[in-house]
Amino acid sequence: MITAGIDCGAKTVKVVVIKDGQVVGKSLVPAGIDAKGAAEKAFDEALAQAGLSRKDVAKVVSTGTGRKEPTFRDEEVTEVTADARGAVFLFPQARTVIDVGAEEGRAIRVDAAGKVVDFAVNEKCAAGAGAFVEAMARALEVDLEEMGKLSLQAKQAVPMNAQCAVFAESELVSLVHAKTPKPDMARAIHDAIADRIVSMVRRVGAEPEVVLIGGVAKNVGFVDSLSRDLETEVKLPDDPEMVGALGAALIAAE
Amino acid sequence: MAKYKTEPLKLWNKAKEIRLQYYKNYAEAHEKGGLRWVGGAWTFDAVPAGLGDDVYSLTSEPYGASIAYDKKFALECQEAIEKVGYARDLCAYMRNYWGSVLLDKYAFGGPFPKPDFIWQDHICCSHAKWYQTVSELEGGIPMYCVDVSVGPYPPFGEMTPEKIDYVAGQLLDGIEWLEKVTGRTFDDEKFIEACWNDFRSTHTWAKICQLNENIPAPLDEKSMYSLYVLATLQKSWKVVADFYDELYEEVKERVERGIAAVANEQCRVMTDTQPPWAFLKIFRYMEQYGCVSVGSLYTWGLEGMWVYDEKEGRLYPRPMPDHKPRDREEACRMLADWHLQKPEYQHFYSPEYKSKMMIAIAKQAKLNGVILHYNRGCEGLSLGIAENRLAIQKAGFPVMTFEGNMGDEREFDEERTKQRIDAFMETLGVKRVEN
Repeated sequence: MITAGIDCGAKTVKVVVIKDGQVVGKSLVPAGIDAKGAAEKAFDEALAQAGLSRKDVAKVVSTGTGRKEPTFRDEEVTEVTADARGAVFLFPQARTVIDVGAEEGRAIRVDAAGKVVDFAVNEKCAAGAGAFVEAMARALEVDLEEMGKLSLQAKQAVPMNAQCAVFAESELVSLVHAKTPKPDMARAIHDAIADRIVSMVRRVGAEPEVVLIGGVAKNVGFVDSLSRDLETEVKLPDDPEMVGALGAALIAAE
Repeated sequence: MAKYKTEPLKLWNKAKEIRLQYYKNYAEAHEKGGLRWVGGAWTFDAVPAGLGDDVYSLTSEPYGASIAYDKKFALECQEAIEKVGYARDLCAYMRNYWGSVLLDKYAFGGPFPKPDFIWQDHICCSHAKWYQTVSELEGGIPMYCVDVSVGPYPPFGEMTPEKIDYVAGQLLDGIEWLEKVTGRTFDDEKFIEACWNDFRSTHTWAKICQLNENIPAPLDEKSMYSLYVLATLQKSWKVVADFYDELYEEVKERVERGIAAVANEQCRVMTDTQPPWAFLKIFRYMEQYGCVSVGSLYTWGLEGMWVYDEKEGRLYPRPMPDHKPRDREEACRMLADWHLQKPEYQHFYSPEYKSKMMIAIAKQAKLNGVILHYNRGCEGLSLGIAENRLAIQKAGFPVMTFEGNMGDEREFDEERTKQRIDAFMETLGVKRVEN
């Protein structure tokens, strides 16, 4: 059976096509302002990679903020359900799933059967999401990948309140004026976002194994801060931003 | 085909008429030679009733909520009050109310009707301050405020005769104060009758809420807001007490005939605290999942009077007093004792008490889950909600939270709240029954 999952996020659209439980095609395209068009493009790209056409796909399940956008969807599920399904498929022992995307961070606790027991989502503030990290990278004048690596070279922890992205930026300016080494500032940023995320994770209860998904999972500096804050190892999938789409494809196959 | 039969409440229009009549009575009081007073929904409104039948009130919280429902006017009020320097994180009802006074615009038309006196009680940090500012904005209205901070009611604490007398004594002093500021003679018989109406209203509303333990629920919380509000306006008004008697009979009959509030009821939840009034449509959104909110400690226990049985972990409507008060002193003591048991008073002393009562409702009403509003607009009733969440979860009920504000729409995100509801319904295994 061939099914597809499409995750229409705030910044990117991800598609995973599976055949009998195996990934046969995937794609990631920028969401832009034409969400419907982006969904079409991402779907076609994933199908082309798999050497399939739309008629070969038995069912499409959409998820993500823009999950109502794809006109070709058969069903839709929320990110919470899709994330949990995808993460538990990749890590059967997973009990806590943390998803940090561009605009939203969420923590999900699942039971042994993979059923969602509780979840928490960040409120109206980007200080616990990827957009915040990007803003801080711009302020530090480094690219995202470099900021992650810099963070690992930090010699000391510098406190940063980061109640919101705007104030965090002014704090960063103060750190620059105080001649704080760049690696320490990079770590301060990652520690701040990790604090926000961990407080949300503790709300639902952090039980191992902990799996981190979403685009921000590619940031080694953030992963380091998060692991330290949680005092536990954080499992990372190969394609962290594709897990929601994978979960949706798996749900479509059920 | 729908799972259950449903039909509108026969008394729906009557409830709306009573509410509008109340606001009209207040506005037109002076034209009829009467008096106007303002105070909170929690205040002992039976006491000013002793001044005569032509004395009309305007209670502040429902008035603030009425403004909130009108997004455009609410924003106008909020901006007006912020412009003179009041902070945005203050009580949202209070800001709406102050804005209305400052703009001199009454939500029901015309200029804001200036009160003759203020009769308030102090339940949270905003309540006395609220009217201190109103008094100042209106050029110095005489104000009397009753302190009710005597500790929790049994079984959560001890209620001694001295504690009752502390509150009752203030009411007795207040009667003398009322005579002095209005120049009127206090009528004990009218006061005693108003006390009795108060007991009737708050006892019967609890009995009505108790009927919602039935499956299917005869009432949904969105509708309950339009019904419980009458007690927040003037629980001591005979019209309100009589209305609740009629309503009880109608809701009981709905239960007997299996009439549901939500025709496809398949999921039962409760909420907490005031909702975001400008977005009551989220309740209709929940109904797409066949999800009915049967109420909350807020709708059941802000005006409903209940007894919490610690041993059984159950809530029962508090029985009516076995006799009418015989004199002014006894009326004040009975009124104080009655209202100090109000469920919504208890959590000011510990979130643990509130959790116990919420869990009792969750069990009695056979709920599938609980939806909690982190209401940034009410410091008092939001106190300890995060603690309540943990306790309710520990008792085995899934909980969803959402952030918002009862009176300031700028702090509520409708789409994200809907997305949370979607996710919560999925985790409960509830499928959408309508689009």
